[in-house]
Amino acid sequence: MAIISTRSALDHELQTIRDNVLRLGSLVEEQTERAVRALKDRNIDLARQVVTVDERVNELRYKIEEECLTTIARHQPAAADLRLIVASMHMAVELERMADHAAGIGSVVIRMGHEPLLKPLIDIPRMQVTCCEMLHQAMEAYVKGDVALARAVVKRDEEVDQLYNQVLRELITYMIGDPRTTTRATYLLWVAHNLERTADRVTNLCERIQFAVTGQLGDLAPEEDEN
Amino acid sequence: MTKITASVKVPGPASATVPAGETASRGADSLSAKMHMDNLSVYYGGFRAVAEVTLPVYDRRITAIIGPSGCGKSTLLRSLNRMNELVPSARVEGHITLDGDDIYASNIDPVLVRRRVGMVFQKPNPFPKTIHENIAYGIKLYNGRMPRSELDDRVVSSLKRAALWDEVKDKLKQSAYALSGGQQQRLCIARTIAAEPEVVLMDEPCSALDPVATLKIEELMQELKQDYTIVIVTHNMQQAARVSDYTAMMMMRPDRAGEMIEFDDTQVIFTKPKDKRTEDYVSGRFG
Repeated sequence: MAIISTRSALDHELQTIRDNVLRLGSLVEEQTERAVRALKDRNIDLARQVVTVDERVNELRYKIEEECLTTIARHQPAAADLRLIVASMHMAVELERMADHAAGIGSVVIRMGHEPLLKPLIDIPRMQVTCCEMLHQAMEAYVKGDVALARAVVKRDEEVDQLYNQVLRELITYMIGDPRTTTRATYLLWVAHNLERTADRVTNLCERIQFAVTGQLGDLAPEEDEN
Repeated sequence: MTKITASVKVPGPASATVPAGETASRGADSLSAKMHMDNLSVYYGGFRAVAEVTLPVYDRRITAIIGPSGCGKSTLLRSLNRMNELVPSARVEGHITLDGDDIYASNIDPVLVRRRVGMVFQKPNPFPKTIHENIAYGIKLYNGRMPRSELDDRVVSSLKRAALWDEVKDKLKQSAYALSGGQQQRLCIARTIAAEPEVVLMDEPCSALDPVATLKIEELMQELKQDYTIVIVTHNMQQAARVSDYTAMMMMRPDRAGEMIEFDDTQVIFTKPKDKRTEDYVSGRFG
């Protein structure tokens, strides 16, 4: 029957979109991890790679958008199918911007050259680990359609915010104590800011997951968690 | 001719369910139900084709009825102007009101109901007469004799309202059969509105038409809803999504009686339906 084969074609296209969003998610996770590793190891080559790979991220984002548009045009999906497609398009844009934050960290590392670090890195690697875990879980929530997990991920944004404020306070103390540290402090501040924005964007992903599953648009506030 | 008077008062507009989306988007205050089905069941002999449907039909809005084949959509539609009475064994329980008056009350003339609630069918069914006579027939049927000039004016006005005038103004004396399928269907719409109904029922009006003719009918429906209340039965879900303001989803019960499982803003039905069966149907997973 025609409707069956059309439905299975739509299912196949939806699966391709899901797979590609997942691929984009892992790529962004990898880019964020490599960018902070380049900073820790002062590895300029690795930082350059992060900046170069960003092109691949952009290509994948546009590929996903094209797939979504084609599926809408071919199948005129409705309800949950339509929501999944629209959510995936938004998520592809968010993920691409998150990769820009990783590339931004890569650029800072390149700009820093071999200048010694102002202070040992403690909180920034923690921020990166939390961001990557959040992203990983958000992708899991996307694939499983798990709103409770998406909510739990949103909650973790506070951890990253606290670490960021800690880094900020510490670096300001350095700059006040010795204004000659301003440039080196700004480099780190820039890195921390990119990570803080990455975590914010993970919460945006979670809102889109909520929309895909329930149709509800808007904030996915942690206090809504009733578990 | 008997005037429609209310013999049985049933809950009308005041108690009509206003879908959640409407309150936010258009304001519930501006809505009134032109027709209202209350606990409506339709039987053919011992077989119940439609079971316990309660549904408002909002004034000057387009309401689409969707659902799989055999779920009672057309039966429900035909009960809105007592067309189902033409089937000898058909019987109706519950109430249908038009402006608050029960259209099945014993003192109501079904012909008058059909004048106020017109119908357009699946296949264009012009009479084997000229274009002019097709329209004039509907006018004369309900108005009796009238001066030729007045009749002509009404023919022209009906053809204009049905967006057909420009295509037929030079061939009013030609047979309606010379028109294309899409033009014939618009002629039938013109014939229906020539009788000046308040509600127009459309039973899959585009299923025999090509995509261009379909779009013309859909555009026409948007024009017509300024003045008429429209109820459309369609198998084409994209059409329901494109043209209607409200959508009612019908399904067959295990005993094969059709029931209404969800009614809401069309936007809600096609983006976030509440019932899993509606979700499966609008996304092509049904069956």
